[in-house]
Amino acid sequence: MKHLLSAGDLTHEDALRILDTAEELLGVAKRPIKKLPTLRGRTVVNLFFEDSTRTRISFEAAAKRLSADVINFSAKGSSASKGEGLKDTALTLQAMGADAVVVRHHHSGAPHRLAHAEWTKGAVINAGDGTHEHPTQALLDAFTMRRHLNDGVGDLAGKNITIVGDVLHSRVARSNALLLHTLGAHVTLVAPPTLLPVGVEHWPVETSYDLDASLEKADAVMMLRVQRERMNASFFPSAREYSRRYGLDTARMNRLPEHAIVMHPGPMNRGMEISADVADSGRSVIVEQVTNGVAVRMAVLYLLVGGSTEGDTE
Amino acid sequence: MASTSPAVGTPGHSPGRTVLDDTDISRALTRITHEILEKNRDAEGLVLLGIPTRGVHLAQRIAARMSEVEGRTITPGALDITMYRDDLRRGPVRSLEHTDIPDDVDGKTVVLVDDVLMSGRTIRAALDALADLGRPKAVQLAVLVDRGHRELPIRADFVGKNLPTSLAEKVKVRLEEIDEQTDSVTIEGGSE
Repeated sequence: MKHLLSAGDLTHEDALRILDTAEELLGVAKRPIKKLPTLRGRTVVNLFFEDSTRTRISFEAAAKRLSADVINFSAKGSSASKGEGLKDTALTLQAMGADAVVVRHHHSGAPHRLAHAEWTKGAVINAGDGTHEHPTQALLDAFTMRRHLNDGVGDLAGKNITIVGDVLHSRVARSNALLLHTLGAHVTLVAPPTLLPVGVEHWPVETSYDLDASLEKADAVMMLRVQRERMNASFFPSAREYSRRYGLDTARMNRLPEHAIVMHPGPMNRGMEISADVADSGRSVIVEQVTNGVAVRMAVLYLLVGGSTEGDTE
Repeated sequence: MASTSPAVGTPGHSPGRTVLDDTDISRALTRITHEILEKNRDAEGLVLLGIPTRGVHLAQRIAARMSEVEGRTITPGALDITMYRDDLRRGPVRSLEHTDIPDDVDGKTVVLVDDVLMSGRTIRAALDALADLGRPKAVQLAVLVDRGHRELPIRADFVGKNLPTSLAEKVKVRLEEIDEQTDSVTIEGGSE
């Protein structure tokens, strides 16, 4: 594994290795000294062409806990806003000696281009590209599910996961569908017909337009954010109607099995896809997802740049 | 650690000569248990931490003997040192082992347990890992085999057997719990 570009690239073995490593690294957050010397002298660049708070600080915390040097590069107020392209930015980073580049870009496929164009020798980690993928989010979701549904060991064979909402614009949904399938889970995507992407019938999932039908057998329900900033057409009649048909409220939550958990990748639109009561309830693991995100990203960084890399001399 | 890889004698290679058999190992561990108790007066304020993988099993055996002598349960722990190794960049990335610290180490006497002591680099890493977990009152080291060839100023407080070896030889420790065969310490390879 040289880069992490798509959740679909991960084999069952790769995925379990990341989750098992994260399980060990989760303990670091509870220690008096929350730092490991492992990536001392390595440089991790956060290259963010799109706004992000949680993903960027999660990667930053992960890299810092492993003692890497972190350089944050955001497109706003940088040379990218002066018209510099991805290539020249990447060449600059290579000249600065980046060992890993965490990239978020508004265009699908940008991390893939960065990884395969040989502009930079560092490992490329996709932190979200357009409406394509967000593999570390899928890993932290799977990690959270595994902790609650399988005591933090093995895979998710036989578990029923329901993902609800704006699948069309969601890179989280795509990455989750691919990874959860690899881990043996059964995924159901629930959305209005207008918010399901073209070609979803080729995904390893079941689809439904009816949220209520899939609640009783769900082991985990993941609510997706309605991405208003990406909506340039009318995908549903009104926010109120969306909320009534596809929002998770207390009545719907009560119909879930006793052990089922409620997830959300954040940021939430309270009152839209999830009601405030549900978001703050005991079934909700939304805050825990954030904590787990740091451990999972530490695991990914360690596994990609913790060993010998090209730049090392014996 | 390199000297204790779990690989069992390669085909066509002599199985090596056994230097400690199961009763020798059992006797050595019993002696180490008593030495630890004698040196520290009792098990109060002691934390036993094994270094994966075989050190963890040895720590469990010592803890079992100690519990018998002291008449109360002593829980051993495990301390993975992978993230603190000084040779991480010399090879492909290593998988992590399990760390389990049974008790706060602040102000306690920590006894590290490992199977073979050679260069001392594993112990150096363990001392660094321990410093990040707290500030023990003292750290002691118990090993089943000390084979010399130290590269750092580190020594063991409790030794099962001192085993002078040449660098061409390999010392293999096999334990029932993970190797699925009778306990033994063998020397393999070398120039015979």
